[in-house]
Amino acid sequence: MAQMNLLQAINHALVTAMSADDRVMVLGEDVGHFGGVFRATSELQAKFGQARCFNTPITEQGIIGFATGLAAQGQVPVAEIQFADYIFPAFDQIVNETAKYRYRSGGQFNCGNLTIRTPYGGGIAGGHYHSQSPEAFFTHIPGIKVVIPSNPYYAKGLLLAAIRDPDPVLFMEPKRIYRAAVGEVPEDDYTLPIGRAHVVQEGDDITLVAWGAQVSIIQKAAAMAEAEGISCAVIDLCSLLPWDVNTVCSSVQRTGRLLINHEAPVTSGFASEIAATVQGECFLYLEAPIQRVCGLDTPFPLIHEKEYMPDEHKTLAAIKYAVHF
Amino acid sequence: MAIKERNHLQDIHATHDVHVIKNGLVDIPMLQLLDAQGNLLSQELDLWDEQTALRIFKSMHYIRILDERMVSAQRQGRISFYLACTGEEASVIASTAALSNADMVMTQYREQGVLAYRGYRTEQFMNQLLSNALDPNKGRQMPIHYGDKALNFMTVSSPLGTQIPQAAGYAYGQKMAGEPALTICYFGEGAASEGDFHAGLNMAAVLHCPVIFFCRNNGYAISTPAHEQFAGDGIASRGIGYGVNTIRVDGNDPLAVYLATLKAREIALTDNCPVLIEAMTYRLAAHSTSDDPASYRAKSEEQEWQLKDPIVRMQRHLQQQGWFDQAHIDEYCTIQRAEILQALKTAEVQLKTNISEIVTDVYQDIPAHLARQRDELIAHIKLHPEHYPATIMSNKD
Repeated sequence: MAQMNLLQAINHALVTAMSADDRVMVLGEDVGHFGGVFRATSELQAKFGQARCFNTPITEQGIIGFATGLAAQGQVPVAEIQFADYIFPAFDQIVNETAKYRYRSGGQFNCGNLTIRTPYGGGIAGGHYHSQSPEAFFTHIPGIKVVIPSNPYYAKGLLLAAIRDPDPVLFMEPKRIYRAAVGEVPEDDYTLPIGRAHVVQEGDDITLVAWGAQVSIIQKAAAMAEAEGISCAVIDLCSLLPWDVNTVCSSVQRTGRLLINHEAPVTSGFASEIAATVQGECFLYLEAPIQRVCGLDTPFPLIHEKEYMPDEHKTLAAIKYAVHF
Repeated sequence: MAIKERNHLQDIHATHDVHVIKNGLVDIPMLQLLDAQGNLLSQELDLWDEQTALRIFKSMHYIRILDERMVSAQRQGRISFYLACTGEEASVIASTAALSNADMVMTQYREQGVLAYRGYRTEQFMNQLLSNALDPNKGRQMPIHYGDKALNFMTVSSPLGTQIPQAAGYAYGQKMAGEPALTICYFGEGAASEGDFHAGLNMAAVLHCPVIFFCRNNGYAISTPAHEQFAGDGIASRGIGYGVNTIRVDGNDPLAVYLATLKAREIALTDNCPVLIEAMTYRLAAHSTSDDPASYRAKSEEQEWQLKDPIVRMQRHLQQQGWFDQAHIDEYCTIQRAEILQALKTAEVQLKTNISEIVTDVYQDIPAHLARQRDELIAHIKLHPEHYPATIMSNKD
């Protein structure tokens, strides 16, 4: 075990994957010699050569199209989109190509070896073009998986799982905690299962669900609620597509209440999907309306970032509302 | 005008050889009128007048000073982010000088020189950089994302290349409206890799749009050198491929940039067509304050380009013309430095935008769901003001 931050864990996962399999290649803007704008791909070019870790021209549609073809050929590309805010030129490739390669060919062809890594989320004074959380768009695309780690241990294990998964995976990295999230990470090769949530803590009165950097926010809110005598279960969803319905519903059946927290705008955010499923599975267990503590339905603002964010105070207020409903 | 069969098919000659077109078939020269010493390289020029030359020179100095001060303000934690234009002042400012103020400008994010030349005031720069309530963008965007309707300067957006097809569309609109004006669109050689570049140039050519595409080929896209960005002959060669009139110019030669842009404007407006200018320059600055070029390029390379500093070249030219007055320019720079520092202090203590603005301008009118979200947010903040000490509210909120 070693102490690593989230970035180091991701870098470690990439080194592990590239060492174990010569077909693993890393591509994207500035990922080569420079090691990426956040340094996630640091030293990979020096270790594995320019043919396996290379800069691309600035064209996200090109990066994902290229990586999709590379995966179809049998290589194992890990493509970086520098900020999730810049993934949209690649949306056509992801929606119409990457996600449908297997289905449209009746299983003859696939690009399942592809992993797309991209930093997302607010809290870095990035305004609307360096802060967005576009995960919900991608959960609406049958044929890809969506994975979001919340700490270094999960980042390494889930990224290795994503790279080796037989289907294309969008791996979204909460950049706000790239350096802030520090923890013990095994130095050897390990994977964690995609599609399984992690119960951070058990509780009796309400279930709190989040992913990425917001997991630490609901943990803070849970601690504040604890001080007021409210016992919260805390679940890190880890994967959004597919997501772990059983873990969430089992918890809600015990607590009778659910709160979902995400940074993305509330309307058509992934909380809506969870709420719809949970009311179907747990209808008679629910003792309060399901709470969504999310971003506002506005572009991500710079100067009002603090007010915009679904912070622990808004979360605590919603916890109390649900518990006293 | 007769429409040719499949456009150009009848101009194509048949060949019996396997004819491979290799590099170097098209020679794209670079317009250069001043050497590094400021000497005029051609005597047959319609030169600029003294007033224009001095205005360009002062704007170049202003931007150099602004950039230096703002990079250090960022280092001091007074602003969150900055992007300097150092080394590229001639490309941006001398091209602007060749335009009319009625011409729309769509930039990438390193073209603050356009604003300076058009008369944007120091306090306006500072209000945007400090994201305060006087910023016309209401503090919503990161520093350097300027926008000014009065100066025909479209608000900057960070995604690369998106402005390129928009510029074609805006120019088409200007043509349809009969405006005697065009659109100029600035971008870097890295952005020219985006699909939007190709879409924009092709559409502008096919639809006869009066637009100038001005590429600052400054050698780097963050850490990625131009040779990892493209394998062809720069960006100019692409203009030819799309049927766009193309000029390559020494981007550190203000006179060449000025005369090239004048010519481009004349062609674009007379013939209703796009013109691509590729300005060969060098990003002496870091990409941004989040970047350190020391990890990806040699100091010696930067030093080589420092010898081609466009401000130095311009000063030598002015001296040769007898238009340079050291005392005058020193005084100008001293005044600007002081003004920038004072304006920074003033802007820092300005209030930030009221919280109720969090839901405005998403749509023209605030829809019911946003009004409700605003009210809930304000109610929450009023209950817990200790957690939101910087929030600005008016009495009616």
